[in-house]
Amino acid sequence: MGTGDPYGMSISHALASGMGGIRTSGDLVARMQLRKKMRLPEAKKYVADKLHVGVEDLGDSTVMRNLRQELDIGVITAVPGARRGIEAKRNISELLDVGVPCLKRL
Amino acid sequence: MSTIRTRMGDGYVVHLSPQELRDDLVAGSADAVKRGKVPPLEENEIDWLVDLFTNPSRIMGVEPGHEVILTKDGSVNTLYSAQLSSGVGLPLGREQAFRVFERAFCFDTMEIGHPDYSYKPVKPIVALEATGVEQALLTAVIPVFYGAMPNFGLYAQPDGPFPNPADLLPRGEIEAAREAQMQMAEACKADMLYVSRVMDQVGSDGINFDTTASTGDAEFLAVLETVEELAATTDLAIEVGMAAEFVLGFHGQLEYKGKRLAGMWPHQQVKVVEEAGAHLFGPAVNTNSRRSVPWNVARAVTIVKECSRVATIPVHANVGMGVGGVPMFEVPPADVLTRASAAMVEIGRVDGL
Repeated sequence: MGTGDPYGMSISHALASGMGGIRTSGDLVARMQLRKKMRLPEAKKYVADKLHVGVEDLGDSTVMRNLRQELDIGVITAVPGARRGIEAKRNISELLDVGVPCLKRL
Repeated sequence: MSTIRTRMGDGYVVHLSPQELRDDLVAGSADAVKRGKVPPLEENEIDWLVDLFTNPSRIMGVEPGHEVILTKDGSVNTLYSAQLSSGVGLPLGREQAFRVFERAFCFDTMEIGHPDYSYKPVKPIVALEATGVEQALLTAVIPVFYGAMPNFGLYAQPDGPFPNPADLLPRGEIEAAREAQMQMAEACKADMLYVSRVMDQVGSDGINFDTTASTGDAEFLAVLETVEELAATTDLAIEVGMAAEFVLGFHGQLEYKGKRLAGMWPHQQVKVVEEAGAHLFGPAVNTNSRRSVPWNVARAVTIVKECSRVATIPVHANVGMGVGGVPMFEVPPADVLTRASAAMVEIGRVDGL
């Protein structure tokens, strides 16, 4: 992305084109790009297969909100008792079978 | 519909007739073909862009299922910094701002960076920077990058120790200018490696080299050699974002693995970035503020489409102020920004923005 005020730049791109981060599965697909250099279609398919959902579900907050809580991999709303931060990333690492560098701190 | 309301590359509104709109789209793509030596857009892609800009809706977006990953250079500075980062001056710490991007803006990844945002000034305060990254790593779920610019200019006098090539070249001292750039490259590379290794040690997910090659081919070479070393020795995901569409030949004779760097366009840049071992590539296509946004968007997606076609690593196109068809204005209008965003995904075939 790049420079511009947050409303005009970051929020506008997020609404127009973004996957939705932990509101959906954007962080999970991003991890496959970062760790395995996967192009987008491959990364989405990999994550969808691991989650046992369709690729079209990955950007659907209605599907992903409850699934993320069920898998305990971090949810967008502040749910007491749900895994947070590095706790959630440990579950993500196991779920996706992918390394998360900061887990070496544990 | 008699006219289409769109904008110029400086953000101001302009009204085009349907024929003027199509002409601008075709001309923008043709300019990309001429300058970048890339294939033109297909007729159906021009039609798609016509529909995009003709639609009267205030904002537009990609089709459901076509969403892409967002990375952000310039980091969270846009929330707490001043106008230098298009910042809105919120009284937030970087770690708080990071969480806002994760939980309120729903970004897929985010970055910690210093307000000065260059590797050279970060080096003496890297412990502070690493602390910021550590805090984000402990509390955030999304991948955490550290980012900064090579900012080659900081290594030349009066800001740095080496003779300034911009002073030497007008005097005809070409060899001295080249030698100075190679000295600058070594110093820049040392700083980038130093900072990156600390970020690797604390567990950062990635490192971002933003506005790469802003000072031309020597800076590009310094980044490529840094990437090569980091890819071989660290656990970092490496993003290389470019400063402009075309690598300036400020040195003119530099090569990376037998490929001349000066004059490279995005579809050529991505191949050397891949070869160096990077994980993400960010092409930048400059906006011409004297042309319409449709002209600029068509030009940008024509260039990026070819880059995406030849790439084997994910391509995250730059679509910030003044690049990727986005107007050169610090408060970008959402009507044209969202159209540039959607076009870059649907026609540019990028993996992220």
